[in-house]
Amino acid sequence: MDKQQIGKHISHKFNEEIENIRNQFLVMGGLVEQQLADAVEALVTGNLQLAEKVIQADTQVNDLEHDIDEACLLVIAKRQPTAFDLRLLIAISKAISELERVGDQAKRIADMAIKLEEFNKGYTDFHELKHLLELVRSILNDALDAFARLDVERAVDVVIRDKDVDQEYISIFRQLTLSMMEDSRNIKRTLNIMNAIRSLERISDHAGNVCDYVIYAVQGQDVRHVPDDQIKATVLGRKA
Amino acid sequence: MSSEPVRTHAIDMSAIAQKNQPNKGMNETSIQIQNLNLFYGEKQALHGINMEIPKKQVTAYIGPSGCGKSTLLRCINRMNDLVDSARIEGKINIEGKDIYQPGVDVAELRRHVGMVFQKPNPFPKSIYENVAYGLRIQGINDRRILDEAVEKSLRGAAIWDEVKDRLQDNALGISGGQQQRLVIARAIAIEPTILLLDEPSSALDPISSLKIEELINELKETYTIVIVTHNMQQAARVSDFTAFMYMGDLIEFGDTNTIFTNPEKKQTEDYITGRYG
Repeated sequence: MDKQQIGKHISHKFNEEIENIRNQFLVMGGLVEQQLADAVEALVTGNLQLAEKVIQADTQVNDLEHDIDEACLLVIAKRQPTAFDLRLLIAISKAISELERVGDQAKRIADMAIKLEEFNKGYTDFHELKHLLELVRSILNDALDAFARLDVERAVDVVIRDKDVDQEYISIFRQLTLSMMEDSRNIKRTLNIMNAIRSLERISDHAGNVCDYVIYAVQGQDVRHVPDDQIKATVLGRKA
Repeated sequence: MSSEPVRTHAIDMSAIAQKNQPNKGMNETSIQIQNLNLFYGEKQALHGINMEIPKKQVTAYIGPSGCGKSTLLRCINRMNDLVDSARIEGKINIEGKDIYQPGVDVAELRRHVGMVFQKPNPFPKSIYENVAYGLRIQGINDRRILDEAVEKSLRGAAIWDEVKDRLQDNALGISGGQQQRLVIARAIAIEPTILLLDEPSSALDPISSLKIEELINELKETYTIVIVTHNMQQAARVSDFTAFMYMGDLIEFGDTNTIFTNPEKKQTEDYITGRYG
């Protein structure tokens, strides 16, 4: 069933309203993606201007969260949406809190970049982070893409890939613990990096939650707290 | 601790499947429609309708104008008998009895299956006589019994407090919303088992409309209610089960919550979300 028709309402105004909300959602997604990229760049390069930029962008993200929620509320109050329309609005309203938290985590990483700057002199190697970072960025990107296209398959894929992030997180965690044991001078810097990887891991969780809402919007199935293998079976099984 | 089932959050597809089969669950069936075809002359207005309407629940018919929902509703108390060109095939069983069997007393059938129409149609008599009318034609004239029945019915239709001091006034003098509730009181005075409501609040203002909805909610404790409505939000609010009809076909019939949040058929989805197909 082709449920991915946002338009096609008899009321053009209704089409417009939903389309606007969706566009704002995508703008917000783009913003937090940029925040994450900038925050990590700031951390790795010690570019404090970039870190400041991330912190400032957070206000914009917060404002968008307000605006989108209000727009959803108005459509619900005025148009009494049903079925896919209603699920989409609820999904957007919930997914934007996840995005807002992604922004918060990016902000934390930026804060750390500022704090770490003094320790970082002489440390340019953030190889520990690189793999994890790539993973999380692609997961967030795919989650937003899945939402934009209402693509359930991609959403399931993201939910499952979140496991890789968890594994990567654990292995970096071990490495960092070792590094602290080797040389106690590393402790302060390492603890900060630990916070950063913790934030990255959380971002990946939020991206996974966004994908839960994609599945909910398209199929009406609530897959929160459902084990991954079961999600795969029921969601993709139903699509076929 | 009670033996409440533990919520696992897992998706139980069989539960979802069962939800879409409202009458297969624990609900008793009140009206069973089997393979019903209806023709107005050459034109077929209903195509092989099959459904089981559960007892003491509210079932709503929704669908665009001319989709056959009122026609189907009128089959349930044989109102289509009054249309010369109408011809019916198939069965409707009420409480297990086929109402289209020869020898069925239609007046008796309609005593069990009351009906309320879009426009309130009180008789040009007093409020009291409107409600007492059904009992009087059954030969009940005992003032005490009538008084009691009139009060009970008017209370049941949530209009007693508004008319109790003017029972002898002409029924045509009260507001449309009150008239509609009066007509419902008249219908329940003879204690039917099923109430058919054909767009009962489409001629009323929103507040009167809400009062009727509130009333429907109370009436379902006692009666099986079948309602036709153009107002989808009303169907969503008052009904337990919803049937979507289109061009004489029953497209989807299921639990109202499912129909309005996650219908199975695309046609249903397009209609309730206000899309053109």
